[in-house]
Amino acid sequence: MHAVREPTPQLVRMRGRSYVAFVFSPVVPIVGWLEEVDATLARSPGFFVGKPVVLDLSAVELSQSAIAHLLGSLEQRHIRVLGIEGVDADRLTSSMPPLLTGGRPTVLVQNEPKKVEAKPEAKPKPNSLLLESPVRSGQSIVFTEGDVTVLGSVGSGAEIVAGGSIHVYGALRGRAMAGVNGNSAARIYCQKIEAELLAIDGYYQTAEDIDASLRNRPAQAWLEGEIMRITPLN
Amino acid sequence: MAKVLVVTSGKGGVGKTTSTAALGAALAQMGGKVVVVDFDVGLRNLDLVMGAERRVVFDLINVVQGVAKLSQALIRDKRLENLWLLPASQTRDKDALTEEGVGSTIADLRTKFDWILCDSPAGIERGATLAMRYADEAVVVTNPEVSSVRDSDRIIGMLDSKTVKAEKGERVEKHVLITRYDSGRAARGEMLSIDDILEILAIPLLGIIPESQDVLLASNVGSPVTLNNAASAPARAYVDAARRLMGETVPMVVPVERKGLMNRLLGRRAA
Repeated sequence: MHAVREPTPQLVRMRGRSYVAFVFSPVVPIVGWLEEVDATLARSPGFFVGKPVVLDLSAVELSQSAIAHLLGSLEQRHIRVLGIEGVDADRLTSSMPPLLTGGRPTVLVQNEPKKVEAKPEAKPKPNSLLLESPVRSGQSIVFTEGDVTVLGSVGSGAEIVAGGSIHVYGALRGRAMAGVNGNSAARIYCQKIEAELLAIDGYYQTAEDIDASLRNRPAQAWLEGEIMRITPLN
Repeated sequence: MAKVLVVTSGKGGVGKTTSTAALGAALAQMGGKVVVVDFDVGLRNLDLVMGAERRVVFDLINVVQGVAKLSQALIRDKRLENLWLLPASQTRDKDALTEEGVGSTIADLRTKFDWILCDSPAGIERGATLAMRYADEAVVVTNPEVSSVRDSDRIIGMLDSKTVKAEKGERVEKHVLITRYDSGRAARGEMLSIDDILEILAIPLLGIIPESQDVLLASNVGSPVTLNNAASAPARAYVDAARRLMGETVPMVVPVERKGLMNRLLGRRAA
């Protein structure tokens, strides 16, 4: 057995691809317009380096030699022209860039050099804790990194200790201690206050100190200096 | 599919043993093969309430420790042929229970029965945690008073964290059974209302057992209240609760002693 490898004809493959090009639209006088190009280059040298530039000559009436001269002037400024549009094809010589048609305007996106950001070593630790079930009597939730949110009630004899604020969407019947790391801005919010003890940054009130008129109502507790305030939420 | 049901409460004296016996007998009367297991090692009572105290030879500890076979320790009820008792030991204490031993005993019972009712001791220590350890469902027995409700809340927290099901990320189905309920006193504000209890515990209600002389009477003659006087208010309430455990939808009414009022209540409901 022998296999003969037939030479497979290499197909010329064409693919379409589009690029965004700068369009230069020279205006008369050309000398004045070139001065403006110079001013731009003075502000940011190398602005056009490596960028495709198309020359739109629809606003000016230039002869073949004038176009050649303009191209030469741009060449001196290191601006290479990719193509020319807005001019009759017979005004261009074969040494000039080709005539382009069908260009569509597009938004230029300025590519700012990206600042090299110091990548964080690891994901920052979550600074809140969400509990989706009631906190039962005897359970102790300690979360010193931040806020604790409870979707449900906190039972009598249960305890929540948080570095930040404590939010209870239900009745707060147990103990809530917020701002344990010395965060006096921490607060305690609950839908129904029947708490045994509330504490913020070490300042506390027991059930006895809590105004009876607040009981069973939505309330928040916060620190005003060294005094704990408990106010209704509505 | 066998179901392991723990009857628990945290607090003592709320009616765990009475409820275990009454629910066990009711489930057996409905045709299920039922075993009631006493986990109150050292303070056993279920044998008395079931009226089987004079027939105990081997007990749960013997089985857990491999001294006796399960079939030797099981005591068949004299009234219901598909109701069995696995008694606790009175001479030992809860430390005699091991997790592996209880686990293999429960697994063994699962192959033989439809319902395994574990009567938990009071407290939150070894006996109580092992009674709930392998449970699929829990009946939390609660009296309408604050200390009982708070202890029940504590127990619910343990059911959600210390059971095998909870550790596997599954859920132990929990029901609250309110016992010793006196609707008159609750209406006068002398007891916690049903709504207060349910609001605090936030688990579904299995039944409301009214306060009744019949309960103590039945215990003293060694008979589950559902068997001793099936027409009594607590017996009817326990039967309703057992039907709910079987998955039936039974309207929640508080059975009362006086027939007249009951009829009036039912009459109004029908109208």
